[in-house]
Amino acid sequence: MISRRFAILALLVLLRIGGTPYALEPGEALDDPVLEARARDISKELRCLVCQNQSIDDSSAALARDLRLLVRERLKAGDGDSEVIAFIVARYGAYVRLKPPFDPSTYALWFGPPAVLVIALLVVFRATRRPRPSPLPLDADERRRIDALRDDSP
Amino acid sequence: MKRLLYILPVLAFACAAVLIWLRLGTDPSILPSTLINRPAPNFDLEPLRAETPGLKTADLHGQVALVNVFASWCVPCRVEHPILMRLAEKDGVQIYGINYKDDADAARRWLDQLGNPFARIGVDGNGRAAIEWGVTGVPETFVIDRDGRVRYRHVGPIQARDLDATILPLLKTLAR
Repeated sequence: MISRRFAILALLVLLRIGGTPYALEPGEALDDPVLEARARDISKELRCLVCQNQSIDDSSAALARDLRLLVRERLKAGDGDSEVIAFIVARYGAYVRLKPPFDPSTYALWFGPPAVLVIALLVVFRATRRPRPSPLPLDADERRRIDALRDDSP
Repeated sequence: MKRLLYILPVLAFACAAVLIWLRLGTDPSILPSTLINRPAPNFDLEPLRAETPGLKTADLHGQVALVNVFASWCVPCRVEHPILMRLAEKDGVQIYGINYKDDADAARRWLDQLGNPFARIGVDGNGRAAIEWGVTGVPETFVIDRDGRVRYRHVGPIQARDLDATILPLLKTLAR
Protein backbone atom coordinates (compact mmCIF):
# COMPACT_ATOMS: atom_id res chain seq x y z
CA MET A 1 0.00 0.00 0.00
CA ILE A 2 2.75 2.39 0.98
CA SER A 3 4.74 1.60 -2.10
CA ARG A 4 1.71 2.33 -4.25
CA ARG A 5 1.25 5.71 -2.61
CA PHE A 6 4.92 6.35 -3.10
CA ALA A 7 4.64 5.44 -6.77
CA ILE A 8 1.80 7.92 -7.26
CA LEU A 9 3.77 10.59 -5.47
CA ALA A 10 6.84 9.86 -7.55
CA LEU A 11 4.71 10.05 -10.69
CA LEU A 12 3.34 13.43 -9.64
CA VAL A 13 6.83 14.73 -8.97
CA LEU A 14 8.02 13.45 -12.33
CA LEU A 15 5.08 15.06 -14.11
CA ARG A 16 5.81 18.34 -12.42
CA ILE A 17 9.46 18.17 -13.46
CA GLY A 18 8.50 17.23 -16.98
CA GLY A 19 6.03 20.12 -17.25
CA THR A 20 6.99 23.49 -18.68
CA PRO A 21 8.95 25.52 -16.21
CA TYR A 22 7.66 29.02 -15.69
CA ALA A 23 9.46 32.12 -14.60
CA LEU A 24 7.02 33.58 -12.12
CA GLU A 25 8.92 35.17 -9.26
CA PRO A 26 7.75 35.26 -5.63
CA GLY A 27 5.21 38.00 -5.04
CA GLU A 28 4.16 38.23 -8.67
CA ALA A 29 1.15 35.93 -8.46
CA LEU A 30 -2.25 37.45 -7.73
CA ASP A 31 -4.14 36.37 -4.61
CA ASP A 32 -7.30 35.65 -6.60
CA PRO A 33 -6.73 32.17 -8.11
CA VAL A 34 -9.21 32.73 -10.97
CA LEU A 35 -7.56 35.99 -11.98
CA GLU A 36 -4.12 34.40 -11.60
CA ALA A 37 -5.11 31.51 -13.88
CA ARG A 38 -6.27 34.00 -16.52
CA ALA A 39 -3.01 35.92 -16.12
CA ARG A 40 -1.04 32.72 -16.67
CA ASP A 41 -3.04 31.86 -19.80
CA ILE A 42 -2.55 35.34 -21.24
CA SER A 43 1.17 35.30 -20.39
CA LYS A 44 1.60 32.07 -22.29
CA GLU A 45 0.29 33.73 -25.44
CA LEU A 46 2.56 36.76 -25.28
CA ARG A 47 6.05 36.69 -26.69
CA CYS A 48 9.00 37.84 -24.64
CA LEU A 49 10.51 40.58 -26.80
CA VAL A 50 14.01 40.06 -25.49
CA CYS A 51 14.33 36.33 -26.20
CA GLN A 52 11.58 36.28 -28.85
CA ASN A 53 10.94 32.55 -28.89
CA GLN A 54 9.74 32.24 -25.33
CA SER A 55 6.49 33.42 -23.86
CA ILE A 56 6.65 35.99 -21.09
CA ASP A 57 5.39 33.21 -18.84
CA ASP A 58 8.56 31.21 -19.53
CA SER A 59 11.09 33.98 -19.70
CA SER A 60 13.12 35.32 -16.84
CA ALA A 61 14.06 38.49 -18.74
CA ALA A 62 13.37 41.73 -16.87
CA LEU A 63 11.05 43.01 -19.59
CA ALA A 64 9.06 39.76 -19.47
CA ARG A 65 8.60 40.26 -15.73
CA ASP A 66 7.43 43.84 -16.29
CA LEU A 67 4.92 42.62 -18.86
CA ARG A 68 3.68 39.86 -16.54
CA LEU A 69 3.09 42.46 -13.85
CA LEU A 70 1.38 44.70 -16.39
CA VAL A 71 -0.93 41.86 -17.46
CA ARG A 72 -1.93 41.30 -13.83
CA GLU A 73 -2.38 45.02 -13.28
CA ARG A 74 -4.74 45.24 -16.26
CA LEU A 75 -6.69 42.19 -15.07
CA LYS A 76 -7.08 43.67 -11.61
CA ALA A 77 -8.31 46.89 -13.23
CA GLY A 78 -11.11 44.80 -14.75
CA ASP A 79 -9.90 44.26 -18.32
CA GLY A 80 -11.09 41.22 -20.26
CA ASP A 81 -8.51 38.77 -21.66
CA SER A 82 -8.71 40.17 -25.19
CA GLU A 83 -8.46 43.73 -23.87
CA VAL A 84 -5.26 42.88 -22.01
CA ILE A 85 -3.76 41.34 -25.15
CA ALA A 86 -4.89 44.33 -27.23
CA PHE A 87 -3.22 46.64 -24.70
CA ILE A 88 0.13 44.92 -25.17
CA VAL A 89 -0.29 44.58 -28.96
CA ALA A 90 -0.98 48.33 -29.22
CA ARG A 91 2.47 48.97 -27.74
CA TYR A 92 4.58 46.20 -29.22
CA GLY A 93 2.77 45.20 -32.41
CA ALA A 94 1.06 41.98 -33.52
CA TYR A 95 4.36 40.11 -33.25
CA VAL A 96 4.03 39.87 -29.45
CA ARG A 97 1.25 37.35 -29.97
CA LEU A 98 2.77 33.88 -30.11
CA LYS A 99 -0.37 32.70 -31.86
CA PRO A 100 -0.95 34.90 -34.90
CA PRO A 101 -4.44 36.40 -35.14
CA PHE A 102 -6.80 35.16 -37.86
CA ASP A 103 -7.41 38.19 -40.06
CA PRO A 104 -6.78 39.24 -43.70
CA SER A 105 -3.14 40.14 -43.01
CA THR A 106 -2.42 36.58 -41.86
CA TYR A 107 -4.55 34.64 -44.37
CA ALA A 108 -1.42 33.70 -46.33
CA LEU A 109 0.05 32.28 -43.13
CA TRP A 110 -3.02 30.22 -42.26
CA PHE A 111 -4.07 29.12 -45.73
CA GLY A 112 -0.64 28.95 -47.43
CA PRO A 113 0.55 25.54 -46.18
CA PRO A 114 -2.81 23.74 -46.70
CA ALA A 115 -3.05 25.30 -50.18
CA VAL A 116 0.42 24.02 -51.09
CA LEU A 117 -0.56 20.57 -49.80
CA VAL A 118 -3.76 20.54 -51.88
CA ILE A 119 -1.89 21.62 -55.01
CA ALA A 120 0.77 18.97 -54.42
CA LEU A 121 -1.89 16.27 -53.94
CA LEU A 122 -3.65 17.36 -57.14
CA VAL A 123 -0.40 17.19 -59.11
CA VAL A 124 0.42 13.73 -57.73
CA PHE A 125 -3.15 12.53 -58.32
CA ARG A 126 -3.17 13.70 -61.94
CA ALA A 127 0.29 12.29 -62.63
CA THR A 128 -0.65 8.83 -61.30
CA ARG A 129 -4.16 8.67 -62.77
CA ARG A 130 -3.37 9.77 -66.33
CA PRO A 131 -2.77 6.74 -68.55
CA ARG A 132 0.64 6.83 -70.14
CA PRO A 133 0.24 7.58 -73.85
CA SER A 134 0.98 4.40 -75.78
CA PRO A 135 3.70 4.87 -78.40
CA LEU A 136 2.46 5.52 -81.92
CA PRO A 137 2.65 2.51 -84.20
CA LEU A 138 5.44 2.63 -86.75
CA ASP A 139 4.46 3.75 -90.18
CA ALA A 140 5.44 1.80 -93.29
CA ASP A 141 8.61 3.79 -93.93
CA GLU A 142 9.93 3.38 -90.37
CA ARG A 143 9.14 -0.32 -90.45
CA ARG A 144 11.11 -0.72 -93.70
CA ARG A 145 14.17 1.12 -92.21
CA ILE A 146 14.19 -1.04 -89.13
CA ASP A 147 13.92 -4.17 -91.21
CA ALA A 148 16.83 -2.96 -93.32
CA LEU A 149 18.97 -2.37 -90.19
CA ARG A 150 18.07 -5.83 -88.92
CA ASP A 151 19.08 -7.43 -92.18
CA ASP A 152 22.40 -5.53 -92.16
CA SER A 153 23.45 -6.73 -88.73
CA PRO A 154 25.67 -9.81 -88.81
CA MET B 1 2.17 22.65 -70.43
CA LYS B 2 5.51 20.89 -70.55
CA ARG B 3 7.38 24.12 -71.14
CA LEU B 4 5.69 25.60 -68.06
CA LEU B 5 7.05 22.68 -66.07
CA TYR B 6 10.59 23.57 -67.11
CA ILE B 7 10.13 27.26 -66.29
CA LEU B 8 8.65 26.48 -62.86
CA PRO B 9 11.94 25.75 -61.02
CA VAL B 10 13.49 28.89 -62.49
CA LEU B 11 10.48 30.91 -61.36
CA ALA B 12 10.58 29.38 -57.89
CA PHE B 13 14.27 30.17 -57.62
CA ALA B 14 13.71 33.74 -58.81
CA CYS B 15 10.98 34.28 -56.18
CA ALA B 16 13.16 32.84 -53.41
CA ALA B 17 16.12 34.94 -54.57
CA VAL B 18 14.07 38.16 -54.54
CA LEU B 19 12.67 37.38 -51.07
CA ILE B 20 16.10 36.63 -49.66
CA TRP B 21 17.64 39.66 -51.33
CA LEU B 22 14.99 41.94 -49.83
CA ARG B 23 15.80 40.66 -46.33
CA LEU B 24 19.57 40.96 -46.77
CA GLY B 25 21.18 43.29 -44.26
CA THR B 26 18.05 43.66 -42.14
CA ASP B 27 17.93 42.24 -38.65
CA PRO B 28 14.75 40.19 -38.24
CA SER B 29 14.97 40.47 -34.46
CA ILE B 30 14.33 44.22 -34.70
CA LEU B 31 10.59 44.68 -34.73
CA PRO B 32 8.79 47.56 -36.39
CA SER B 33 7.44 50.11 -33.95
CA THR B 34 3.66 50.44 -33.74
CA LEU B 35 4.14 54.13 -32.98
CA ILE B 36 5.45 55.23 -36.36
CA ASN B 37 3.49 58.29 -37.59
CA ARG B 38 1.39 58.22 -34.45
CA PRO B 39 1.42 60.64 -31.51
CA ALA B 40 3.97 59.89 -28.80
CA PRO B 41 2.46 57.87 -25.95
CA ASN B 42 1.21 59.38 -22.72
CA PHE B 43 3.81 59.58 -20.01
CA ASP B 44 4.91 62.02 -17.33
CA LEU B 45 8.29 61.51 -15.69
CA GLU B 46 10.01 63.22 -12.78
CA PRO B 47 13.33 65.03 -13.34
CA LEU B 48 16.61 63.25 -12.58
CA ARG B 49 18.35 66.32 -11.21
CA ALA B 50 17.59 69.91 -10.33
CA GLU B 51 19.24 71.56 -13.34
CA THR B 52 17.44 69.46 -15.98
CA PRO B 53 13.61 69.43 -16.10
CA GLY B 54 11.58 66.22 -16.28
CA LEU B 55 9.85 64.88 -19.38
CA LYS B 56 6.20 64.40 -20.34
CA THR B 57 4.22 63.96 -23.55
CA ALA B 58 3.34 67.65 -23.85
CA ASP B 59 7.06 68.57 -23.92
CA LEU B 60 7.39 66.82 -27.27
CA HIS B 61 5.22 69.34 -29.08
CA GLY B 62 6.67 72.29 -30.94
CA GLN B 63 10.03 71.15 -32.25
CA VAL B 64 11.77 68.24 -33.93
CA ALA B 65 13.54 66.21 -31.28
CA LEU B 66 15.13 62.92 -30.34
CA VAL B 67 13.93 60.86 -27.42
CA ASN B 68 16.72 58.60 -26.16
CA VAL B 69 16.14 55.78 -23.69
CA PHE B 70 19.33 55.22 -21.71
CA ALA B 71 20.75 53.83 -18.50
CA SER B 72 24.10 54.14 -16.78
CA TRP B 73 24.33 50.33 -16.49
CA CYS B 74 23.95 49.92 -20.24
CA VAL B 75 27.27 49.42 -22.00
CA PRO B 76 26.08 50.24 -25.56
CA CYS B 77 24.71 53.53 -24.16
CA ARG B 78 28.25 54.48 -23.21
CA VAL B 79 29.33 53.78 -26.79
CA GLU B 80 26.47 55.93 -28.05
CA HIS B 81 27.03 58.83 -25.66
CA PRO B 82 29.67 60.76 -27.67
CA ILE B 83 27.31 60.67 -30.66
CA LEU B 84 24.51 62.19 -28.60
CA MET B 85 26.94 64.85 -27.33
CA ARG B 86 27.92 65.62 -30.92
CA LEU B 87 24.27 65.84 -32.02
CA ALA B 88 23.40 68.20 -29.17
CA GLU B 89 26.46 70.43 -29.43
CA LYS B 90 27.46 70.43 -33.09
CA ASP B 91 24.14 69.84 -34.84
CA GLY B 92 21.99 71.64 -32.28
CA VAL B 93 19.53 68.76 -32.01
CA GLN B 94 17.02 68.84 -29.17
CA ILE B 95 17.51 65.57 -27.26
CA TYR B 96 15.29 64.31 -24.46
CA GLY B 97 16.35 61.45 -22.23
CA ILE B 98 14.36 58.69 -20.56
CA ASN B 99 16.49 57.22 -17.80
CA TYR B 100 15.43 53.58 -17.78
CA LYS B 101 15.46 51.56 -14.53
CA ASP B 102 18.56 53.25 -13.27
CA ASP B 103 20.12 54.14 -9.98
CA ALA B 104 19.62 57.91 -9.73
CA ASP B 105 23.06 58.57 -8.25
CA ALA B 106 24.75 56.46 -10.92
CA ALA B 107 22.82 58.27 -13.63
CA ARG B 108 23.78 61.68 -12.26
CA ARG B 109 27.45 60.59 -12.04
CA TRP B 110 27.24 59.36 -15.64
CA LEU B 111 26.10 62.80 -16.83
CA ASP B 112 28.76 64.58 -14.74
CA GLN B 113 31.51 62.43 -16.17
CA LEU B 114 30.43 62.09 -19.80
CA GLY B 115 28.51 65.34 -20.27
CA ASN B 116 24.79 65.99 -20.59
CA PRO B 117 23.33 66.02 -24.11
CA PHE B 118 19.74 66.12 -22.82
CA ALA B 119 17.52 69.20 -22.62
CA ARG B 120 15.12 67.23 -20.44
CA ILE B 121 15.46 63.94 -18.58
CA GLY B 122 12.60 61.87 -17.19
CA VAL B 123 13.21 59.11 -14.64
CA ASP B 124 11.50 55.85 -15.60
CA GLY B 125 12.26 53.85 -12.48
CA ASN B 126 9.94 50.90 -13.06
CA GLY B 127 10.13 50.85 -16.86
CA ARG B 128 6.43 51.57 -17.38
CA ALA B 129 7.01 54.58 -19.61
CA ALA B 130 9.36 52.47 -21.73
CA ILE B 131 6.58 49.91 -22.22
CA GLU B 132 4.32 52.74 -23.41
CA TRP B 133 7.02 53.48 -26.00
CA GLY B 134 7.30 49.81 -26.97
CA VAL B 135 10.94 49.72 -25.90
CA THR B 136 12.50 46.24 -25.88
CA GLY B 137 15.96 47.21 -24.60
CA VAL B 138 18.30 50.12 -24.08
CA PRO B 139 19.44 52.16 -25.87
CA GLU B 140 16.59 53.06 -28.15
CA THR B 141 16.02 56.36 -29.86
CA PHE B 142 12.90 57.90 -31.38
CA VAL B 143 12.68 60.83 -33.79
CA ILE B 144 9.75 63.11 -32.96
CA ASP B 145 8.35 65.69 -35.36
CA ARG B 146 6.97 69.15 -34.55
CA ASP B 147 3.49 67.82 -33.89
CA GLY B 148 4.78 65.38 -31.30
CA ARG B 149 4.41 62.35 -33.58
CA VAL B 150 6.91 59.50 -33.66
CA ARG B 151 8.58 59.34 -37.07
CA TYR B 152 11.42 56.88 -36.62
CA ARG B 153 12.71 54.37 -34.12
CA HIS B 154 16.33 53.29 -33.82
CA VAL B 155 17.05 50.12 -31.86
CA GLY B 156 20.50 49.83 -30.28
CA PRO B 157 23.23 52.45 -30.12
CA ILE B 158 23.28 55.10 -32.84
CA GLN B 159 26.55 54.78 -34.68
CA ALA B 160 28.36 57.33 -36.81
CA ARG B 161 27.12 55.71 -40.02
CA ASP B 162 23.48 55.84 -38.83
CA LEU B 163 23.80 59.60 -38.37
CA ASP B 164 24.60 60.27 -42.01
CA ALA B 165 22.46 57.47 -43.42
CA THR B 166 19.20 58.08 -41.57
CA ILE B 167 19.07 60.31 -38.48
CA LEU B 168 20.50 63.60 -39.79
CA PRO B 169 18.71 63.52 -43.19
CA LEU B 170 15.42 62.75 -41.42
CA LEU B 171 15.92 65.56 -38.90
CA LYS B 172 16.68 67.93 -41.76
CA THR B 173 13.53 66.94 -43.68
CA LEU B 174 11.35 67.26 -40.59
CA ALA B 175 12.83 70.64 -39.66
CA ARG B 176 11.91 72.10 -43.04
